Amino acid sequence: MNKKYVFYILGQIATAQAGLLILSVIVALIYKETAVFAFLASAAISLTIGVLLTLINRSHSKDIYAKEGFVIVALAWLVMSAIGALPFVISGDIPSYFDAFFETVSGFTTTGASILKDVESLSKSALFWRSFTHWIGGMGVLVFIVALIPNMADKSIHILRAEMPGPIVGKLVPRARDTAKILYLIYIVMTMLEMVFLLLGGMSFYDSLLHSFATAGTGGFGIKNSSVGGYSPYLQWVITIFMILFGINFNLYYLLLIKKFKAMIKSTELWCYISIVFVSVVIISLNTYPLYNTMSDTIRNASFQVSSIISTTGFSTVNFDAWPVLSKSILLILMFLGGCAGSTAGGLKISRVMLLFKIIYRELKKLLHPRNVQSISLEYKIVEETTLSAVTSYFSLYIVCIAVIFILLSLEPFDMETNFSATIACFNNVGPGFSAVGPAANFADYSNLSKVVLSFAMLLGRLEIYPMLLAIIPTVWKRKR
Amino acid sequence: MKIVIVGCGKIGKVLVSSLANEGHDVIAIDNNQSIVNDISNRYDVIGVCGLGTDYETLSDANVEKCDIFVAVTGSDELNMLSCHMAKTMGARKTIARIRNPEYNEKSLAFMQQFLNLSMPINPERSAARYIYNILKLPNAANVETFSTRNYEIVELKLKENTQLSGQRIMDIRKKYRANFLICAVQRGNDIFIPDGNFVINVGDKISLAAAPNEVAKLLKSLGIMQKQSKSVMIVGASRTAYYLSKMLLSSGSSVKIIEKDPLRISTISRSLTGATIIKGDGADRELLIEEGLESVDAFVSLTGMDEQNILLSYFAMQNNVPKVITKVNRNEFISVADDLGLDSVVSPWKNISDILVRYARSMENSVGSNVERLYKIMGGKAEALEFKVSTDFKYTNIPLKDIQFKKNILIAGIIRNRKAIIPSGDDVILAGDNVIVIGSGHRLYNLADIVE
Repeated sequence: MNKKYVFYILGQIATAQAGLLILSVIVALIYKETAVFAFLASAAISLTIGVLLTLINRSHSKDIYAKEGFVIVALAWLVMSAIGALPFVISGDIPSYFDAFFETVSGFTTTGASILKDVESLSKSALFWRSFTHWIGGMGVLVFIVALIPNMADKSIHILRAEMPGPIVGKLVPRARDTAKILYLIYIVMTMLEMVFLLLGGMSFYDSLLHSFATAGTGGFGIKNSSVGGYSPYLQWVITIFMILFGINFNLYYLLLIKKFKAMIKSTELWCYISIVFVSVVIISLNTYPLYNTMSDTIRNASFQVSSIISTTGFSTVNFDAWPVLSKSILLILMFLGGCAGSTAGGLKISRVMLLFKIIYRELKKLLHPRNVQSISLEYKIVEETTLSAVTSYFSLYIVCIAVIFILLSLEPFDMETNFSATIACFNNVGPGFSAVGPAANFADYSNLSKVVLSFAMLLGRLEIYPMLLAIIPTVWKRKR
Repeated sequence: MKIVIVGCGKIGKVLVSSLANEGHDVIAIDNNQSIVNDISNRYDVIGVCGLGTDYETLSDANVEKCDIFVAVTGSDELNMLSCHMAKTMGARKTIARIRNPEYNEKSLAFMQQFLNLSMPINPERSAARYIYNILKLPNAANVETFSTRNYEIVELKLKENTQLSGQRIMDIRKKYRANFLICAVQRGNDIFIPDGNFVINVGDKISLAAAPNEVAKLLKSLGIMQKQSKSVMIVGASRTAYYLSKMLLSSGSSVKIIEKDPLRISTISRSLTGATIIKGDGADRELLIEEGLESVDAFVSLTGMDEQNILLSYFAMQNNVPKVITKVNRNEFISVADDLGLDSVVSPWKNISDILVRYARSMENSVGSNVERLYKIMGGKAEALEFKVSTDFKYTNIPLKDIQFKKNILIAGIIRNRKAIIPSGDDVILAGDNVIVIGSGHRLYNLADIVE
């Protein structure tokens, strides 16, 4: 274990976070809020930790392997969240550190689950920081660091791979750093595009910035108590479209960038994703038609909720907890699916689900023809057997995690629907669940222990389980002779 | 620089790693998925799985836009075809490994023109050339030649009781009055680019820049001069052995090759009529002694196994063979060989990757002063670069002592009108000169990079 390099990178991350906190200071200055001191203090703490770690571990070797990648990612997210929670506590917006930590983890992991009963009472700068964590966490903290720092280790692909979701993570261009830069470029351009469309619909600059942050990261922190419900139909449609767009694999946008339209259109994962959205919208529209007056309202509400859930954003325009059971069940299934691999969305990822179904099909066929030999392909390429077994073991682990979190939550005095949907919503980084944690409610009433469990669940889900698990296995930390 | 490499075998891997370390955008193609996975995990490159002659694979690897296309699969013909396709698709430069000795100079020249090949590479032949240069000057561990014949950089390992040890460099220069420059010193694992006050110790490995006759003069006055190796024993009838024997035979040396594989024996005996070819196991001590290991001038181990080469050379060294050369390809083993005291270690893979690194670097600066030649010296820890000085170099006509060079940079030679000058502080650089720069810890692309 190359601890020096791990802590060196952590130092770099803490330093970078100080820079990000300064942005909130600027917001606080613009709105002349007292929170400016809270953010300044947090930035100072972050900078101190960062500079200390960087200096202590200046002399490091750059030999890293997959395990260092996992550990760096896991610790980085913990450190970011622990520091990111400070301004809420110092400014008094969220007095309890447990609550603030939950809220920050929920922000960075782009979950969007909140413990705030009254969002609108928060200061503007605190709200900005809350939504900004979505944007940072969406594309990834370490992708950002890799793009930022020159002379990272040659094997920084291990770091990227540990943070980027999906069964097969490749690079767009030969250099990991260039890949990270391209990803952020696409991310920034798309965020700005959404802002422009929101501004055109008459949303204020501040609101459109924060909503764009939350959509881009597929986070879902609303800044109104009614989430997006109070905005005009046009604005709701804009957010719907962008939620779907941010759930698509960013590699496809790169193909668009280098003008390989054909390869982009041919993507089977993309079509699978679009079909799932379309079918879900149709069924839910038919199912909820009696609740709303007009066809256009019905379709708009159904599309908004479906794209919000499948992209694991978690915005809402209506209280879907009041919907018929069929619609709620479809939404619950969509929470499991999540967006495409290589997007900012959470969940199992469409391509992984596609592979699982192909594996099931092959197993069935094997029962009929025991000597059958068949390769499985995805996106017109043969998938290695090692990748397939990784997918099945990931799925098993995924189920185990859900079971454990669910049991731990069952200590709470809530009904099963609440606990189960809270587990699913946090673990898949969706945000709102059903019943007592539905879109109109929040997570405030959970005990501190459960909040920690759920925070851990969100981190597990965002980083696709392995990094967090590996970081707590002692043998990984074994020191070199 | 965008570089595509087809074939990630042993040599392909070395190329991928050194070119990626140089900062190029490397895309590696191989038709074995697990090799591709391994490569893309280990180095900062993209791997593409497919055949080097498959159009789809090549266009996946963006060959249309690549600057250098290198084909180093096991098959010469596949490499040629692959390069031809790449060139037709739009690659700027193509380099193919062609190593079958049956492709002679003539057919090679024809194919190079016909296939529009920028450069054929033959690792075995260049390794043989390199070993041949060392055998010509057996005291040196390594010899690098530059664009003029009367300048070379020679690496010497200072054994005990040399007269140089314990002396300052400026005193040595005064004392021997030979026109030479000590341009790098390796002590343990550290590399020093010395100034006049540097003190030489026993056990140091030094790099010496001088004209060949000056080197001879110096070695003579130091009392460690040796004649060119006249009888050479080679173990392993590899392609390198074939090329090396041919060069040695034509310069009048006697060559004895030991090989146990009957197939190789029959091939090499047919093409090398002047050499003595012994069928037997080179690992057999008795045989080596019987064949006169104790009387040969030089021993070269060229079997396919690094481990065996190291052990055989060690054995030869124990038997006091004056010059022992070891072929070691794996980087890890090079340091092992050093530890055992084997001073002349030749790595064909490293030589080839040096050639490509140099090629890419000189392509990068096709305008202005550029890298004409690049050698990694001192086991790759320092570099000797030959630059052409263009008119826009700002420090022409200024005495070298007045120029503020970066740390660990040394001007080791100025080549003017094909004559080499070993510079002192009063010499100047003129436009049109070739300048040889020694650097350690820098990545030099341009002559202007050497000045603060």
